[in-house]
Amino acid sequence: MEFPDELKYTEDHEWVLVADEIATIGITDFAQDQLGDVVFVELPEVGDQLETGKPLGVVESVKAVSDVYAPLSGEVVEINSALPDEPEMLNTSPYEDGWMIKIKLADPAELDGLMDAAGYQDFLEQD
Amino acid sequence: MNRTDSRGLVLDEKLLFELTDPGRIGYSLPPCDVPEAQPASKLTRVEITDFPELSEVDVVRHYTRLSTWNYGVDSGFYPLGSCTMKYNPKVNEQAARLPGFVELHPQAPDHLAQGALALMYALQQELAEISGFPAITLQPAAGAHGEFTGMMMIRAWHEAQGNQRRKVIIPDTAHGTNPASAALCGFEVVPVKSDGVLSKEAVAEVMDDSVAALMVTNPNTLGLFEADIRAICDLVHERGGLVYCDGANLNAQMGISRPGDIGLDVMHFNLHKTFATPHGGGGPGAGPVGVVEKLRPFLPVPIVIKEGEQFRLDYDLKQSIGRVKGFTGHFGILVRAYSYILSMGGEGLKRATEMAVLNANYIRARLEGSYDLPYKQRSLHEVVFSEAALENGCHTLDVAKRLIDYGYHPPTIYFPLVVHGALMIEPTETESKQVLDEFCDALLQIAQESKQTPELLKQAPVRARVRRMDETSAARKPKLRWLKD
Repeated sequence: MEFPDELKYTEDHEWVLVADEIATIGITDFAQDQLGDVVFVELPEVGDQLETGKPLGVVESVKAVSDVYAPLSGEVVEINSALPDEPEMLNTSPYEDGWMIKIKLADPAELDGLMDAAGYQDFLEQD
Repeated sequence: MNRTDSRGLVLDEKLLFELTDPGRIGYSLPPCDVPEAQPASKLTRVEITDFPELSEVDVVRHYTRLSTWNYGVDSGFYPLGSCTMKYNPKVNEQAARLPGFVELHPQAPDHLAQGALALMYALQQELAEISGFPAITLQPAAGAHGEFTGMMMIRAWHEAQGNQRRKVIIPDTAHGTNPASAALCGFEVVPVKSDGVLSKEAVAEVMDDSVAALMVTNPNTLGLFEADIRAICDLVHERGGLVYCDGANLNAQMGISRPGDIGLDVMHFNLHKTFATPHGGGGPGAGPVGVVEKLRPFLPVPIVIKEGEQFRLDYDLKQSIGRVKGFTGHFGILVRAYSYILSMGGEGLKRATEMAVLNANYIRARLEGSYDLPYKQRSLHEVVFSEAALENGCHTLDVAKRLIDYGYHPPTIYFPLVVHGALMIEPTETESKQVLDEFCDALLQIAQESKQTPELLKQAPVRARVRRMDETSAARKPKLRWLKD
């Protein structure tokens, strides 16, 4: 299982990649492995305001339906529009083709609340 | 001894569309002896393509053959956790088929429907006595509809007090329908984590004056009794909220504890689960709701009342949330439930609960050493294992599929979500020790197979009429209608 060093992670198993106040968000390799085959994805719309910790979308696998929570607050500026038609990308490429949304950060200081790759792996082991 | 040495005669079956033989008909009608009339042209179809053309015997055999593929509580053990698939005694079917009930028109005036109204009134009384809630509506169609009805009443009560409360607290061990019901009523859901059992402290952290209600399932979806429930109810009440109880697991409480006495304010019953009416495969169910006295004015109308020796439908509840179902709900299910309650009696219902709890704990004791039990608290009517003890990359899904090879309907899997790879077993009181032993033997054998011959699990089912289905493709690219070639 991979956890790229350049990403930040949440306890709800989302990842964040930040560049120029734009954060790309998806779910981790661990999350997709736990979910099993993803069959349906629901994303927010461009322009939606996200609030940290509130659901931003839904991922449905053959096992369960799960909310995906906003790791940071901000406005949605882009969504991966190919994902709803090819939800399997969440399983095959969770960090690249399977990215979910991009947001413009409302408060970059919130990044301090996220874990780095090593911290996330420690968290997974404890859990 | 499992039923694996017999394979029986399992016939394959084509679709009616594939069985068709153009020109074949089911009935030859006598010549028309009245003047012919043409229906209006807008009502006639120019062409019906590929409509099956078959005789009566073709159709009867088709459906009879399909019926042999069925698996239900009348064919074998059905330990579907959370669903209470107990055996439904046939005497209840007999009661529901009495001509006076079957032939009664739903719009018959009250004075011609006294028997049906008397039964509904009596059922309201029985459910009130069993639950401790003084006021009952029989209308809701099934459990989730009952939840919705209950949450509507909670919302109406708050509005009548002038309260602006928009949130509902729901623990992670509640039934999956609870958040949906609250959201449909316009509430914002506040999830709260439990450690198997909900603590007063966890509720205290999120309970403020924006919270309308707490929704709990008791016993919860781990089969555990919410031991702090009384203190939690007191806390929510002190802070101005109400407590909704999902009563789907009432089968672990009947005759032992009454939710209304514990401090809960609203609860739905699943008559089709607890009171033994057939369900699974689409119902119909029935989801009556009981409420405390202060919520009585908000009940849906009509309710059945008794005046002197007469019964009538009462529409005169000024603060009612209105009607939630056509006519008087699923009357046939009400008859079955009432018949079940009367045939069991008070002592019988209590005994049913005791046996349901005993059976679940017997299964737990026999399997505990071979399957991982994540929550060690004493369970009530169901027991939830995880997949942690499975070896060689075997998962809960593989265990479930392998059980089919042993002749059992698999238990509920992957729910509740708080257990990784959950295997949720609810045997109910209607199974004998012999059945439970055979089932446990099968699961113990499967645990062994996961160690020694894991491919048996991963290929399963091998003895079923069809092998493992591609559930992923079916969900991603569903084929929803038949197309010729």
